[in-house]
Amino acid sequence: MSERVKVAFYWCASCGGCEEAVVDLAEKILDVINLVDIVFWPVAMDFKLEDVERMPDNSITVSFINGGIRLSEHEKVVKLLRQKSKLVVAFGACSSWGGIPGLANLYTREEILERAYLTTPTTHNPDKIIPGSKTEVEIDNTKIEVPVFLASLKPLDEVIDVDYYIPGCPPTPNVTWKALETLLSGNLPSKGSVLGASDRSLCDECPLNKTKPENVLIKEFKRIVNFNPEPNKCLLVQGLPCLGPVTRGGCGALCVNANMPCTGCFGPLSDVRDYGGKAISYLASILDLDNEEDIKRELSKIIDATGLVYKYYLPKSALKGKVGGSKS
Amino acid sequence: MFEPKIVVFACNWCTYAAVDLAGTSRISYPPNVRVIRVMCSGRVDPQFVLEAFKNGADGVIVAGCHPPVDCHYTNGNIKALRRFTLFRRLLNDLGIEQERFRLEWISASEADKWVKVVSEMVEDVRKLGPFKPKLGVKEV
Repeated sequence: MSERVKVAFYWCASCGGCEEAVVDLAEKILDVINLVDIVFWPVAMDFKLEDVERMPDNSITVSFINGGIRLSEHEKVVKLLRQKSKLVVAFGACSSWGGIPGLANLYTREEILERAYLTTPTTHNPDKIIPGSKTEVEIDNTKIEVPVFLASLKPLDEVIDVDYYIPGCPPTPNVTWKALETLLSGNLPSKGSVLGASDRSLCDECPLNKTKPENVLIKEFKRIVNFNPEPNKCLLVQGLPCLGPVTRGGCGALCVNANMPCTGCFGPLSDVRDYGGKAISYLASILDLDNEEDIKRELSKIIDATGLVYKYYLPKSALKGKVGGSKS
Repeated sequence: MFEPKIVVFACNWCTYAAVDLAGTSRISYPPNVRVIRVMCSGRVDPQFVLEAFKNGADGVIVAGCHPPVDCHYTNGNIKALRRFTLFRRLLNDLGIEQERFRLEWISASEADKWVKVVSEMVEDVRKLGPFKPKLGVKEV
């Protein structure tokens, strides 16, 4: 009798959407449970870390880890899971490249703590207590050490070796299911592959692609907050900064189908080194203006260019975050 | 004294010819530049500049033919102008001082302008000191 496949799920710095995405498999989750044993899933089932520590090395077939690495606790658990697992899969945008929590890399650890613990309007902290580099609390004669908030957020593969990536914020049920099928088939792709998604850009599967001309050229940029795009017409042609052309497909163009431009949660195609650099390059080059003043004026309509092109990718980018200067 | 490393992406038709002219005219300029010849400033992807900074450049220059009409490929320089106008904002948000990146138009005959740009850049960056990313260094 062949041994059953053992699966672990873990979350680091994430919103919980990736965990929801697993449940979003709906009735297919029953098929998954028929095929695998879940041996660790803190968000849904009662396991303790000691249970994992007692497992023999390489006894978990595959660990799905979502979220970026922000706390010392995250580092500790993912290193343990790496030791106990044959395969580790970075599940979702945060784990793959840092995701939205990774935008915090535009600020230093001190700036983040000051904002969160002192200056937000809803904070009441008269004693100005801020977590130290090491915080110990004593409760009922037991010393508890609070995890350390690290200097920056890192994608999973900067902390442990990662075998595969499943993109998305969160990965859609369809992509998750396809990735599971690939992993369970035993016919494993080469290490470092992106599972479940397409190898072509989002435009390739976008229903509006037929309305996109060979050369997209626009005279002005618009914002979705104050512009109601025509349905059934390429959003880029209408002036919305849609990141479809530089983003990996596989999601089924969910956002575009809801008249929202793509924000790039499936990340770069395999030949791109820095998603943000590529996106800047693309967005600027479709602007059909020649005069420097006109160019400056139209580009200034892209509010928060950095947040737009690095929404999911900053910690994986060439410079990983804000590299100098003081507060912005 | 700190000697900055400056990476230059120079277009084949104008700026690279100006660099050549400076050489054949025996004009001296600071030896801090590493010139990479590209066919057009419109070929320079912002990713190249990020990679240069990642790999230890203290400053980067992208240089091409004068707009609007000097470009050998009609409008490659305009494309560079659009890209790097937006890209500058990214560099600013990442905390990279504006003196560390320059977009310049230098024609084939402007050896003197090339020398001026390089000398200014080296002095500006020397004042700033080495480009040391805060992130990516060992955690406490």
